Amino acid sequence: MKNIHVSTVLNGDETEFVCAPEETLLDALRGRLGMTGAKEGCGTGDCGACTVEMDGRLVCSCLVLGAEAEGAEIKTVEGMAVGEGLHPLQQAFIDHAALQCGICTPGILVAAKTLLERNPDPTDTEVRYWLAGNLCRCTGYDKIIKAVQIAAADMRGA
Amino acid sequence: MQYMKPQTAAEVSDILARSEGAARILGGGTDLLVQMRSGMIEPETIVDIKHLDGIRDITSEDGGLRIGAAVSGQRLGEHEGAKALWPGVVEACELIGSTQIQGRCTMVGNLCNGGPAADSVPAMIAAAAVVRIEGPDGPRDCPAEDFVTGPGKTVLGKGEFVSSVFLPARPKAASDAYLRFIPRTEMDIAVASAGVNIELADDGTIKSARVAIGAVGPRVILVPDAADAIIGSKLEDPAIAALVRACEAASSPIDDKRGTAEFRTTVVGVLAKRAARIAMTRAGENQ
Repeated sequence: MKNIHVSTVLNGDETEFVCAPEETLLDALRGRLGMTGAKEGCGTGDCGACTVEMDGRLVCSCLVLGAEAEGAEIKTVEGMAVGEGLHPLQQAFIDHAALQCGICTPGILVAAKTLLERNPDPTDTEVRYWLAGNLCRCTGYDKIIKAVQIAAADMRGA
Repeated sequence: MQYMKPQTAAEVSDILARSEGAARILGGGTDLLVQMRSGMIEPETIVDIKHLDGIRDITSEDGGLRIGAAVSGQRLGEHEGAKALWPGVVEACELIGSTQIQGRCTMVGNLCNGGPAADSVPAMIAAAAVVRIEGPDGPRDCPAEDFVTGPGKTVLGKGEFVSSVFLPARPKAASDAYLRFIPRTEMDIAVASAGVNIELADDGTIKSARVAIGAVGPRVILVPDAADAIIGSKLEDPAIAALVRACEAASSPIDDKRGTAEFRTTVVGVLAKRAARIAMTRAGENQ
């Protein structure tokens, strides 16, 4: 088993890491690069806790090999805030209590950000379908949907 | 384990042929990685085919569209030409998994799994899609309905893999639709499903049709009797009744936790009826 050298762009920064061929992108992000925002929930692509953006599309990083990140552009929750300034979605989640235990939150934030970039004014139904692959066992989803809508309105006004 | 990313189809075939079944193709990885992580399979070699020329492209060809094996569901759903030409195929493919899965999953992977409940497969078969297979002797084509031979089994031989699926040209007054039944509103596996493809004559009657049903047998099946039942009609009640009977007769489902055989047989007829009506309406709008 030979380790693989991978060059990628992570949250806008050129990044290199070495990983085993069977290692997932999730494990590489967490274990090799110290990016522990993405979480492992199910490990089978059902829960969305490991959601990151890869070349503009949402993916479950538990179902991507680290080696596949070669030449790709990866965005994680760590790239959302600018310095000390939180992204409007992050601020809305805090202000409106859209999280409890927080395990699902990084994945939901990344997924919601991609949604609002594509559709700045989604309906509640569109938000719910878009986030259907992000499971939350605490909130009952209602506050999540509300926080996304509040952030969307905030971003449209900005 | 080894990770390889060949640049040509010949290289892929060569790796597959040499590995004696211990190599697995990686496209979107939404099934492969799940199988690997659950310990179902332990491949010695992963062959990432996403670096082959054209494999991520949707290209126009003879009035139809060639969908590369690494085109994600989301990418297909964003393609205006595909949505206009084969809306049933696109809506079927978009039903696979969540947004995150859509970012990676492929129609070709859905087909190659050989699952009887695969959402995009009834729509592809109804569309008379043609599967492009690359292998040691070069490319060959296979009709979508002949590709899967049983649960998890396909016609792929030693050193062979699928590089694309071709969705053919069609006349203007034609369209298709796909419906499935699941007990939830999103993200589930079909309990029964149906894809219907219809072409209209100038007088508005159905000139030709193809009907395929899923999750009601060991593989997705084309039901020529169901198509014959509606050809020449405008989907009047007797034609619809004959379509439903033909789909029920062609079904041989199993009982499992997701549905009884009786339920599946009844539901597949209902889905075929509704899909036919949607396809008919869409075709009429195109006329």
